[in-house]
Amino acid sequence: MAQALAAPCYHCGLPVSADHPFVATVLGAPRQFCCPGCQVVAATIVASGLDSYYADRDSTAVSPANVPAALSALLAFDHPEAQRDFVGVEDGMACVELSLDNISCAACAWLIEKRLHQEPGVARASVNLGNHRLHLVWHAEQAPLSQLLSALQAIGYRARPFRADTHATQLKQESLRLLTRLAVAGLGMMQVMMYATGLYIGAFQGISPESRDYLRLVSGLITMPIFFYSGMPFYTSAWRAVKARSLNMDVTVTVALFSAFFTSVYATAIRSGETYFDSVSMFIFFLLASRFLESKARQAAGETATSLMALTPRLATRLEADGSEHIVGATQLVSGDHILVKPGETIPADGEVIAGSSAATEALLTGEPLPIPKQMGDSVIGGSINGESPLTIRVSRAGGDSTIATLNRLLNRALAEKPRLAERADQLAQYFVSGVLLLSAAVYLVWHFMAPEHALWAMLAVLVATCPCALSLATPTALSTATNALARAGFLITRGHVLETLAQATHVIFDKTGTLTEGRLQISASSALRGNIGDWQRIAAALESQSEHPVARAFQSLPLYSLPAVENRRQISGSGMSGVVDGREYRLGHAEFAFGERGEQDDSLTIWLSDADGPLASFTLSDTLRPEAIVATRSLRALGLQTWLLSGDRSRTPQILGEQLGMNHVQGGLSPEQKREMVQQLQAQGAIVVMVGDGVNDAPSLGQAHLSVAMASGTDLAQTTADALLLHDDLRVLAAAHGEARATQRIIRQNLFWALAYNISVLPFAACGLVPPWMAALGMATSSLVVVCNALRLRRLPAPPLEA
Amino acid sequence: MEVIYFLVPISLLFLGTAVVFFVWAIKHDQFEDFDSPAHRILLDDRELRRKQR
Repeated sequence: MAQALAAPCYHCGLPVSADHPFVATVLGAPRQFCCPGCQVVAATIVASGLDSYYADRDSTAVSPANVPAALSALLAFDHPEAQRDFVGVEDGMACVELSLDNISCAACAWLIEKRLHQEPGVARASVNLGNHRLHLVWHAEQAPLSQLLSALQAIGYRARPFRADTHATQLKQESLRLLTRLAVAGLGMMQVMMYATGLYIGAFQGISPESRDYLRLVSGLITMPIFFYSGMPFYTSAWRAVKARSLNMDVTVTVALFSAFFTSVYATAIRSGETYFDSVSMFIFFLLASRFLESKARQAAGETATSLMALTPRLATRLEADGSEHIVGATQLVSGDHILVKPGETIPADGEVIAGSSAATEALLTGEPLPIPKQMGDSVIGGSINGESPLTIRVSRAGGDSTIATLNRLLNRALAEKPRLAERADQLAQYFVSGVLLLSAAVYLVWHFMAPEHALWAMLAVLVATCPCALSLATPTALSTATNALARAGFLITRGHVLETLAQATHVIFDKTGTLTEGRLQISASSALRGNIGDWQRIAAALESQSEHPVARAFQSLPLYSLPAVENRRQISGSGMSGVVDGREYRLGHAEFAFGERGEQDDSLTIWLSDADGPLASFTLSDTLRPEAIVATRSLRALGLQTWLLSGDRSRTPQILGEQLGMNHVQGGLSPEQKREMVQQLQAQGAIVVMVGDGVNDAPSLGQAHLSVAMASGTDLAQTTADALLLHDDLRVLAAAHGEARATQRIIRQNLFWALAYNISVLPFAACGLVPPWMAALGMATSSLVVVCNALRLRRLPAPPLEA
Repeated sequence: MEVIYFLVPISLLFLGTAVVFFVWAIKHDQFEDFDSPAHRILLDDRELRRKQR
């Protein structure tokens, strides 16, 4: 056994293997690191003279393990064709907005800014901690963008340009306009309240009519901008509703505001009666505040969603007729073009291989994690990734005709057919508004026959007392509190109907690769036939140390150190590797390649290591289950939901996985269209379906489901389809989100009940003319506060049930 | 109570100034990022002091 537990990794806080720690000197003392990645990052930070980062940070860094080190991928960002999409001009210099991964605390922002300012040509670099964005202004001719990006990667952060989204910009402008309206309403309300206090005290102690009229006049003057400017969003929304021949909450609000404001103006003009300027300004302020919080939540969600939509420049190397190479944007390719795809590059369009042999990973499209061998005459799909050697491809379908575009069309059709649950919130408003209008008319009529001089004021008191302030705050405050709480936990809601749909969900359908599993191979078992397994692991890892193949990645992630040197390393496409270590030749690959025998057929992938005398060791590779998947599916079932697994994988793996997780139903070998049909069938039986997926092949079924959830590590297409995103890929949040959605519905019902109860209980008093303006204002403020405080209870997420 | 004819206009003046300042702040991105500037000034300061020592 290992000795006493070593200190956690100084950089990322993960446990350090006690046997072979990686050491570097930081802040004048030797520190232990968990992996070479962390060690190199720490050494780079110290070498840049920025080790104060370690003294100032208040949480450990995110492990740099998931930051790809490949510089070649960054070089594409330097191409003018690619830069046209995201680089702008500011003060005669190039400027770019980048989204940052791995920021964990304020010291990270400091470190990033300082490190960038050390680079030549950087004029300004400022990190926004709120949305993890970096604004960079630099002299493009002094430093290419890839150099700055790789400087950031060397200290453990990934910066990526993202697709500028007009929707997000609109949301931001809307939220700023709302803030201005809110400021005018808030500051004005304070002043009006001040004068109102004088008027209320005057109502008890006596006040000279001149002073009273003066204060009313000034209150009216201040309320005017609040009423006409700050209140505008409500009137336009109400007008739209009326034009569409429906009633919403804003219609009620508008009726109450207009009647209160204009009768107050009338009362001020004729110097008698009651004024409600304070209630009007307070009412507008409260409602605007809740609107503002709502738009803030939506803006934050929009920004995070656009940050995730990282922009990968799609470039293609076109081979011209004279044999020269020419780099063009992928969209400029036409059918019949010959293109060269280098190892590790994304294939830009559908086509046929005309030279070279390699293997392409089509995981995004089919869910199959292993690369598929491609030789002359084979067809390749745009969007898949070329493996080990260059391919020359004749483009068969480019742009709009490609497989991805076809899936996109399938998705759009699914989205159009998506069933939606009716929104209940506005139905209540319909009854309420017609009820209040009828009632105030009745009050007016009754008073008209009893005491005509009181009729107008009694009707007005009814309108103001039943003013649906609390009622219209009830739903939005609860929704925005829950949305914020869930976003903090890593469940990002991007569309409005999510909480209501989630609370009613009956089925949760998972995709396999990338959702329940991590989507990459890991070594799940290794056994030695001769000798020591540790030695064989080291040799196998050394053989695979320079390959980008998914199998090689599995070996590279073994926790080993000091790999032996390999001579004569050769990669045999589709078979394996061979090389010489310490004078002995080793082969690593399929049974047939390693020792010339066909191994027995098995669902899992087995890789053999052999030397001239025969097999030495076997390694079983499998796509590892996400560690939290078991807990997640179990707690979902404990909440009474059906869990399904639909996969494109044709092997027995989905079945095995389904049994392991105790899924209610498992089906493998489904095409994207079949998956969508399964979802549709379920919906036809009355199920409310939540679909969780990550890949392009999931996009149509994500579009079809009532509610779609995409993994943050998933593809763009899956994310743009999704109603919600799992930011940290943590499936356990699903159960918490479901609980929170139910709690939200409960709180909304309570809020509506309280608000209605208040409005109805003051009605009789108002109708009898017993509610003076100060009492109406006080009642409105109290009932609104009750509703808001009740909604704030949603800030704590419910604990998910652990046992089924 | 004639004093209110003098004090109320003053309060209006204050109100106007406050609104103008608020709108100025909104237009100049003061509500963009609440976290980074606060930390930036502290971290820069600590770094400076460490160097002087």
